[in-house]
Amino acid sequence: MSDATDLEELERGTELVKRGFAKMQKGGVIMDVVNKEQARIAEDVGAVAVMALEAVPADIRKRGGVARMPDPVDVQEIIEEVSIPVMGKARIGHTAEAQILQALGVDMIDESEVLTPADDRYHIDKREFTAPFVCGARNLGEALRRIDEGAAMIRTKGEAGTGDVNQAVHHQRNIKSAIRKLEGMTHEERERWAREHEAPADLVHDAADRGRLPVVNFAAGGIATPADASLMMQHGCDGIFVGSGIFGAENPREMGRAIVEAVNNWDDPERLAEIASDIGEGMKGDANVDLPEEEKLQDRGV
Amino acid sequence: MTVRAGVVAVQGDVSEHAAAIRRAADAHGEDAEVVEIRQSGTVPECDVLLLPGGESTTISRLVHREGIAEEITAHAEAGKPILATCAGLILVSTDANDDRVDTLDLLDVTVERNAFGRQRDSFEAPLSVTGLDEPFPAVFIRAPVIDSVGDDVEVLAEWEDDPVAVRQGPVVGLSFHPELTDDSRIHDLAFFETVLAGA
Repeated sequence: MSDATDLEELERGTELVKRGFAKMQKGGVIMDVVNKEQARIAEDVGAVAVMALEAVPADIRKRGGVARMPDPVDVQEIIEEVSIPVMGKARIGHTAEAQILQALGVDMIDESEVLTPADDRYHIDKREFTAPFVCGARNLGEALRRIDEGAAMIRTKGEAGTGDVNQAVHHQRNIKSAIRKLEGMTHEERERWAREHEAPADLVHDAADRGRLPVVNFAAGGIATPADASLMMQHGCDGIFVGSGIFGAENPREMGRAIVEAVNNWDDPERLAEIASDIGEGMKGDANVDLPEEEKLQDRGV
Repeated sequence: MTVRAGVVAVQGDVSEHAAAIRRAADAHGEDAEVVEIRQSGTVPECDVLLLPGGESTTISRLVHREGIAEEITAHAEAGKPILATCAGLILVSTDANDDRVDTLDLLDVTVERNAFGRQRDSFEAPLSVTGLDEPFPAVFIRAPVIDSVGDDVEVLAEWEDDPVAVRQGPVVGLSFHPELTDDSRIHDLAFFETVLAGA
């Protein structure tokens, strides 16, 4: 048997292997962590992966200044601490930060609008990497541009660090309703839609034929409670990123456990009532409606 | 015949397994009625079970908390078929050498999680599998290896001398992900060609 396996035909970093990794995250909760202690808690409460970053989005908002990739020492410590996948955030267009994260052994790179963009015109050429990428999107055209650049997973941008879910809902509705419209269109109408929305035509046809994005589609940006997680699953998301919502809560362990269980029981309100009881207060947050335009992160890197 | 197939769906690549067993059933001129299992109560109605890939620590937590774990064990003890891939393989093993995963002890193998390394080491390659004429396009993602097998376990495939596909009675366990490709021969092998054919 073993003599028949052909090592020369072994391939790493293919589209199948990258998108396959993203599929293994489905139905799961990916939690933002800034150090190994938080990573330990995230794994204990059932996170499918952790996202390493320098500060959670709510703290980046408060602090201001330039937000960059996490310190390599912290990333290394988190990798050594947990057995689940470790993801890391790089600035939009910052190819070198992404290369460093890949060299550290990060399992997926988030090219993220939460950090200060490094390039105002171009995203990272993600096809050049062995590591898979996840990118944020506010609508279908943006999602398909990122997939064309090599993203293996899409998440809604939402409005990170606010604890207000309404922008994540808005973005997920944009994506789903655009796909529903495309499903009813003829070939030439889809071609025209692609031109108008600056989206690659082959991916427009692919999404229309599948009736969904061709890659895994998570929710992110403002998810702070078990009910928020259930809501995003009801909007057809494949899973959930939680940023400030876990470690900004009164009791991160209870909130983390509850959000993991809420994603599994998203369609059972009786179970959700139990799951959401006695878990302490959620993060305080800021309503999106009160946020000045210049403080919005979602318009970065479109 | 209609086969009632349960995909344990607490977390992982569930829809891919649902599509694969439908394709395998179709190739046999049979129907598969696929149900997703996220709570207890459904496993006893299933003819076959699929345990997908995903994160073994998360899946282990949730199948125990939801009361699905005991039902999977009862299914196996009744001699009904199970196909377990990657995280699923870890769950059905006797020991994963890791107290973060509470294994079910349905397949007499011990496994090592993430033995091939991190995602950058994940790969696809053609793999020879006992019972298949042509190599299978195997996709290994942060995959476990089987580091010891009991006497009653048949090794169906190896990668660099480590077992990566095994069978013990009605339970088939794989390190890789047959559900990620359009090739449903392994779902066919695990369910339709053998156990159900003899039923």
